[in-house]
Amino acid sequence: MRDYANKEPLSYYMTELPGIDYSSLQGRLIVIEGPDAVGRSTQIRRLKAWLEDMGHAVLDTEMARSALAGKGIKEAKLGNTLGPITMTLYYMTDFADRLENEIIPALRAGFVVLTDRYIFSIMARAIARGENRTWIEHAAGFALVPHAVFYLRAEVKDLISRVAVGRGQFDYWESGMDLRFGRDMFDSFVHYQARLIRVFDQLAGPYQFEVVDAKRPPGIVLDTLKASIERVFKATPTGTGKRKKLRRGALPARG
Amino acid sequence: MSVFVPNRGPGRLIVVEGIDGSGKSTQISLLSQWLRARGYAVAFSEWNSSPMVCETTRRGKKKEMFTPTTFSLIHATDFADRLERYVVPLLKAGAVVCADRYAYTAFARDVVRGVDRSWVRNLYRFALKPHLVFYFKTPLEVALGRILGGRHALKYYEAGMDLDLSRNIEESFRIFQGRILAEYESMIEEMGFHVIDATKSIQAQQREMRSIVIREFGSRRPAGVLGTEGGIARLRK
Repeated sequence: MRDYANKEPLSYYMTELPGIDYSSLQGRLIVIEGPDAVGRSTQIRRLKAWLEDMGHAVLDTEMARSALAGKGIKEAKLGNTLGPITMTLYYMTDFADRLENEIIPALRAGFVVLTDRYIFSIMARAIARGENRTWIEHAAGFALVPHAVFYLRAEVKDLISRVAVGRGQFDYWESGMDLRFGRDMFDSFVHYQARLIRVFDQLAGPYQFEVVDAKRPPGIVLDTLKASIERVFKATPTGTGKRKKLRRGALPARG
Repeated sequence: MSVFVPNRGPGRLIVVEGIDGSGKSTQISLLSQWLRARGYAVAFSEWNSSPMVCETTRRGKKKEMFTPTTFSLIHATDFADRLERYVVPLLKAGAVVCADRYAYTAFARDVVRGVDRSWVRNLYRFALKPHLVFYFKTPLEVALGRILGGRHALKYYEAGMDLDLSRNIEESFRIFQGRILAEYESMIEEMGFHVIDATKSIQAQQREMRSIVIREFGSRRPAGVLGTEGGIARLRK
């Protein structure tokens, strides 16, 4: 797997997008990643309020929300014929539409973009379903390098209690039932989510994730995220001038 | 860079490619009728026709929402759906699948739209390698004459209007098709296209295709290839 440690934020990983002026991008791109039910959206909601309170303009975005493909994906998921490669590419279309039409314009305007999942969930789902890693890495290679990727990490047993207690039922796709990893939704969920976590763990190094222990109470997780985001902001002041060079993974020490 | 996955199933995949107005759809339709009449189980798959994806594509086109990248990705999604649900299972069963356009269409069009060449080639790496690819070589003016002469009203993306080549839709179509043609020509050797001279008569082109099919598949239906009748069919031009 490639290592992107030397990539500057807001450049591209592998493939330049046609028609994008990368030097005009000046906001900050913060990614929250992690498996299903780990608590990403709760954290995003609170971080958004906190950032806005500090006077930042914030765009929050999440998967299957694009004007182009959001509706199509939702409909495709209602059926029983969505294959793993098709699903991967449909989500990639959705991501590209949001990247080019929401995220990039917001960054150009100096927003803080908070995204609930990024290319890594698409990659993890494809790899967990047995698709070729090099294929999906290259296909996703047009994504912008974020200022920070926070990987909310928990064990499968923590996810189980959140799903069972919090939501009250298991979801077909979150259980990987399209490939039936087990006899029923529960067995399949356990198997599939363990695979996903394993893939996220493998992506963490090459893509410079900051691993956040999400087994702790949400308030503590939030404090950790806030402290890290403050360090990102200090290391990359925005403004009229050109972005200061920052090597990701080389953030100033905590405290 | 190696493209495509080898097809290990008993079926056969036949592809036609070429610019708009090259006559490829007419030819693949004649070829599949000929194969069917000789007892082959023949299936057909057309570019941009997945029922799951086409509504998204249609809306995106109507509202002019596409960038070169999303245009490329939605067509790859459509292709993947047809492959996963339809083409691959049928090839495994031993059918002959005739495809009107294949990944090569994306390789030509998307690159003309400014998409990175190695990126789009990688995107289709999951595609099965066809047994035969017929490329209908057409001089630009001949193809344009066939399209522009008829009643066909050019559409925005079809004419490459998103590329700002010209404000005039016919002029834009000309430039766009010319560039796609150049991309196709550069793939002939690399991708092993069987070149059919599309200026010849329809019948002469069909005769040539049939003799290539006989040469490649043999005149008897190969073992494992599905037939619709009990007897062994012989292919004759």
